[in-house]
Amino acid sequence: MRRRTGLALALCAVLAGCGKPDFSDAEKKTIASLALSALPPLPADTTNRYADVPAAEAFGSTLFFDLSMSRDGTVACSTCHKIDRQFQDDLPQGFGVARGTRRTMPLAGVAYNSFFFWDGRRDSLWAQALVPLENPLEQAGNRAAYAHYIQSRFGERYERIFGPLPDLSTVPSDASPLGTAAEKAAWAGMTDVQRDGVNRVFANVGKVLAAFERSIMPAETRFDRFAKALAEGVSPQGDSVFSDQEMLGLKLFIGKANCVTCHDGPRFTDGSFHNNGTPPVPDLPSDRGRIAVLAELDADPFNCLGAFRDGGEEACGELKFMRRTGAELIRAYKTPSLRGVAGRPPYMHAGQFKTLEAVVAHYAEAAPSVEGVNETHPLTLSDRERAALVAFLKTLGE
Amino acid sequence: MASLWRYLLAVIGLAAALAGIVAAVYLHGAGQGPDLSLSKPTANGLFVASLRPQSGAVQQGLLQSWQLTLVARDGTPVENAAIDIAGGMPQHDHGLPTSPQVTGYLGQGHYRIDGVKFTMSGLWQLRLTISAAQGSDTVVFNIVP
Repeated sequence: MRRRTGLALALCAVLAGCGKPDFSDAEKKTIASLALSALPPLPADTTNRYADVPAAEAFGSTLFFDLSMSRDGTVACSTCHKIDRQFQDDLPQGFGVARGTRRTMPLAGVAYNSFFFWDGRRDSLWAQALVPLENPLEQAGNRAAYAHYIQSRFGERYERIFGPLPDLSTVPSDASPLGTAAEKAAWAGMTDVQRDGVNRVFANVGKVLAAFERSIMPAETRFDRFAKALAEGVSPQGDSVFSDQEMLGLKLFIGKANCVTCHDGPRFTDGSFHNNGTPPVPDLPSDRGRIAVLAELDADPFNCLGAFRDGGEEACGELKFMRRTGAELIRAYKTPSLRGVAGRPPYMHAGQFKTLEAVVAHYAEAAPSVEGVNETHPLTLSDRERAALVAFLKTLGE
Repeated sequence: MASLWRYLLAVIGLAAALAGIVAAVYLHGAGQGPDLSLSKPTANGLFVASLRPQSGAVQQGLLQSWQLTLVARDGTPVENAAIDIAGGMPQHDHGLPTSPQVTGYLGQGHYRIDGVKFTMSGLWQLRLTISAAQGSDTVVFNIVP
């Protein structure tokens, strides 16, 4: 008996296992690259000269929560981007004035993105913020009405940041190139000077909203504390101790399951677009993802190459050199960050899956896409491994 | 007690032998990895192409400018070449996330390439199709950010 105990002890020592973190140098390097401490400082946004102006950030915060920033006074940005819910709404599809077509995205670290929305149809945070304001399913307003509202409710505050408002006295109360037939007609009837004035106020609304959203950053999680201890070569303490199951999940995440190929870096996203075979939602309109929005992005007057950008054109590389062709853009959607993911079901771009277990099963199966080609490949994962992956994902939000 | 030490010695010896085998396999495998050279002759030997990132290092997730230097077989700089850039991740069956382009000729066979971005970890390939007075040729660079 003593012999057997000795043998077991010796084997244990040689294999250096026994519950302690056991990662190769390459794995340790990958784990360190995922930790929040690897997140670089937020780069300046030279296309928005108000991005880091405190008065603009405060004004943006006011507008973000202002229900009057909508057609009928019932919807603000914060209606779907709920401050106490990771700035998302727990619904399969967002619901503004009506049911939308996509899952509301959480906002932690949003300002690090190059492209916005699931399909990347805008190329700056400030241009993104303008879209829901006029989307008939979201805030459903129109830019002329927003300009009038800003003047009447926040005129002085606006002018302290941006200088004099344009003359809006002869601008129709409701007008937009994207609105109802009446709003479009009103927009067409305006002079170029009037249209430019309204567009400038509208763009500035986007710029203050972006200034506020830049302040929404990811928080440290159990995983980050574990990664810090691992990097420092010390034993994790307290809640940063990973269970064997969480450890296995992490190993799979960065290894056999290949999750880290797209969910990489400290935000767990490559910021790019992929077809992962997520099935369409039967009662929603056809949705082709990235391929369907490239013309819209190129034509957007608020894009980086448009007249409303601050700073120089050298900031526009992402737009200039973006992929505009290729079958792999069909049903390609942006890789979402996984920070806090366990706390915000349902998952995928239209809330297709109710649980993380279902997401893992989806990736293991890697069924063909309804259109285009699923980039992922089938994976054999045992029940134990699937549960471990989910257990690891939970450490990204505690 | 003596037999316990014998067990220990045997186990340690076995582990050392295993480690040796693993190391040998690993080192052998490492020698067969992709050619990561950023300077090489083109497929038919018409040119020698050399690439380098402007910042000196390949950075994942950032839009980067690169410089391509082209010389002919006899070492003379290749002027006015038309260069098409494609590529992707061979292990993932997808192309580049951006559309890099030659944005300027810098003289002495140097060309500026803008819009290069490697979004994911792993092996990437940049495929250059080069047409100049000497003819057309291609070259593939393997890059691991």
